[in-house]
Amino acid sequence: MWSLQKIANTIHEWLNTTFNSTIATTIEMVIAGVAVITLFALLGLVLVLMERRIAAWMQIRLGPNRVGPQGLLQSMADTIKLLVKEGLTPNGADKFLFNLAPFIAMIVAMLLMAPIAFAKDFQLWDLNIGVLYISSVSSIMVISILMAGWSSNNKYSLMGAMRSGAQIVSYELSAGLAILTIIVPIGSLQFSEIVQSQVNGWWIFKGHIPAIIAFVIFMIAVTAETNRAPFDLAEAESELTAGFHTEYSGMKFALFFLSEYVNVFIVCAVGATLFLGGWMPFHIGHWESFNHMMDYIPSSVWFFGKTFALIFLIMWFRWTFPRLRIDQLLNLEWKYLLPISMFNLLLMTALAILGWYF
Amino acid sequence: MLNEELKAAIADLLPEAVLIDGGEWVNVKVDASEWLAFAKQLRLEPALNFNFLFCLTCIDWKTHLTMVYHLSSTQYRHNMVVKVDLDANKPEVESVSSIWRTAEFHEREVYELFGVNFLNHPDLRLLILPDGWEGKNPLRKDFEDPINMIKL
Amino acid sequence: MVEALGSTQEGNLIINVGPQHPATHGVLHLVITLNGETIVHVEPHLGYIHRSIEKMCESLTYRQFIYVTSRMDYLSSHINNHACALTVEKGMQIEVPARAQVIRILMDELTRIASHELWWGAMAMDLGAFTPFFHAFRERESINDIMEETCGARLTMNYIVPGGVMQDIHPNFQNRVKAFLKMYKSKIHEYDEMVTGNIIFQNRMKNIGVLSAEDAISYGCTGPTARGSGVSSDIRKIYPYEIYNQLDFDEVLEHGGDSFSRYMVRIREMQESIKIIEQLIDHIPEGDFQAKTKAVLKLPKGEFYTRVETARGELGVYIVSEGGTTPYRIKFRSPGFSNLSVLNHIARGSKLGDLVAMMGTLDLVIPDIDR
Repeated sequence: MWSLQKIANTIHEWLNTTFNSTIATTIEMVIAGVAVITLFALLGLVLVLMERRIAAWMQIRLGPNRVGPQGLLQSMADTIKLLVKEGLTPNGADKFLFNLAPFIAMIVAMLLMAPIAFAKDFQLWDLNIGVLYISSVSSIMVISILMAGWSSNNKYSLMGAMRSGAQIVSYELSAGLAILTIIVPIGSLQFSEIVQSQVNGWWIFKGHIPAIIAFVIFMIAVTAETNRAPFDLAEAESELTAGFHTEYSGMKFALFFLSEYVNVFIVCAVGATLFLGGWMPFHIGHWESFNHMMDYIPSSVWFFGKTFALIFLIMWFRWTFPRLRIDQLLNLEWKYLLPISMFNLLLMTALAILGWYF
Repeated sequence: MLNEELKAAIADLLPEAVLIDGGEWVNVKVDASEWLAFAKQLRLEPALNFNFLFCLTCIDWKTHLTMVYHLSSTQYRHNMVVKVDLDANKPEVESVSSIWRTAEFHEREVYELFGVNFLNHPDLRLLILPDGWEGKNPLRKDFEDPINMIKL
Repeated sequence: MVEALGSTQEGNLIINVGPQHPATHGVLHLVITLNGETIVHVEPHLGYIHRSIEKMCESLTYRQFIYVTSRMDYLSSHINNHACALTVEKGMQIEVPARAQVIRILMDELTRIASHELWWGAMAMDLGAFTPFFHAFRERESINDIMEETCGARLTMNYIVPGGVMQDIHPNFQNRVKAFLKMYKSKIHEYDEMVTGNIIFQNRMKNIGVLSAEDAISYGCTGPTARGSGVSSDIRKIYPYEIYNQLDFDEVLEHGGDSFSRYMVRIREMQESIKIIEQLIDHIPEGDFQAKTKAVLKLPKGEFYTRVETARGELGVYIVSEGGTTPYRIKFRSPGFSNLSVLNHIARGSKLGDLVAMMGTLDLVIPDIDR
């Protein structure tokens, strides 16, 4: 059967037979880098179009439908527009930091792709602290936002950046605790083992109520962490015009924009891996024949299907809810989500010790 | 309170006030020096309770300016109009913004459009005209703007 | 630049919201003094689209000046026209035919619904929810279509002339309005599901920007802004004009004084307008749509004041006539101007995000404020 794993293995074998191992590894790294950049751009194009079509669908209008068939080339046209636009740097800005910030945002988004398991045995780097790596690297994102907001020399940007700083730092706690809740019964931070542990059922089903609570908290927290509505206070356009990226234009703005979407993809991929089994097909306990039938659907389809379902959920939030106020946002985290997820973690630990999960 | 009763009550409050006939509401003309005290009475007198200043404006009669205050009571639903004549060259009147808060904005508008100086106004600055506006007040009859005004 | 109050204090941040800002829906300029996220002082700067309509009207005849007033509060332009026509009719003692009166009221109430629709969508957008805007426009468009069919215009209708209306209603008018009412009633539940009942929305609105009844009166607030504080201020009820005293509708009052009360007043007011339209749409009397008037209108010497209830509150038209063909002085007492003056009072001490919500619930239309 055709699979991503086979393609990867064929390339790997061919490179190793043709060149010596050092050159082969170097070439593999280049290929991986190009693949990540391509995926980055591709995800940006697809997700922007997806968001616009979903928004249009919810808002009883048509959405982009002029450029290309069904408007499929709309985001391509947007990219060309952004590329040829002048990238202004304000006079009063700290030029070095101002220009550096969008690249940090982009690099962080790319780094996060490394441990994601896109399909069966198709992963860039299966490091043993995969989940920890994701949660720690994604924290660097806040630096880029703070940098952008501060260096713009604009009061709106500064306020947006400060809001974002408070927001991301707080919500990382709940997101981390929600992840931990699932890690406790698995006992490993490695992505491949997390996926393998769900061979007899996804954690959202196996983990009873604590897993469902953790899933809900995780989705809320990552929506906040990626600065998406209803938690888009950092760029609240009716209050702060565009928040931290008010002064950015052209491709520098596009990098922020793209990294936001790629971050959404990554957090949804992590969510899908932890709670919905990643590339693991839908398996039920010992129903061997049913499980075997499910295995015929390629693992990459499972992975992307789950991830995009979660992305749709996050987009649904955005086009339905009004925005929270900054104090309400922090109240929600510190007074509700954090205590709940701490208690939830204890509950899950008890379940894991007693072995009360499937 | 009906107009007749209102007239009697006002005559009691301020005998110097001149009642003007005509119009659907009671029209009273008072002197600029008596206006603030009279306004306080109108607002605080329980039987009158004019708590709602629904319109405040000025008319330029070329020889003099007239401040026009439209008062109403949300309790009794009676209305009255108070007029205060001002000198065209040095228009000055006491601000009533301490009695009716809405007067603060309306007086600022009159100040810049007619040049009426409101004494004891908390914040008498230009509101509509650009900062540093010089020249005549736009709503005065002798205002000329050769660019934007077309004379037929 | 004028010193904003409190700006000299250490640690305060001054930001200029507007004249070009997504939340001000027009060219309103607010100088906001902030302490962190908390508002210390809000200072409105007006005049960016001041066209001096009052001065303009002094050189226009009594037939002409009505059309300029459509540009004041462009969302209730029909009601502005109505107020001016009423003032001229009062001065000249013109008897308006019954048919014209009913048509005017129908148009007024349609305008009111359209205005509240736009407010609803724009306010939800201020709070960060985009979708309601499009849902509101779905209904508003059908009102605009009705207007277009009868008046020939969608926004500045200029349909009312002294003595009646400009031309008779379109033969299709009644059917279109009935179809609209049916459609509107089938969609109205979406408003509650999408916005009113939303927990985030309620948290953003309740106990925010509280305006007491005394302050509302003292600041001259009218319309839904005052009624949200429990101040009875519906001109249609208090000083009825045309045939409003014969109609069965309620003045909507809420007693909270907060943003949510102001919101609920407008939502419920749309229902009342629907009620009025339903009473009238099948009973448009036959007859003339315009009274016979002279070609040149001359108001007798004197002063004439009319108050009507626009979508935003009390609009007063004050005409001082010297007996000529043009007004000597004309003053429009616009509801938005007084409603704006309360902003600093209610916004002080709340968060920046709430300011946007408050501006939304005050329903500011900038050309109405600037005139």
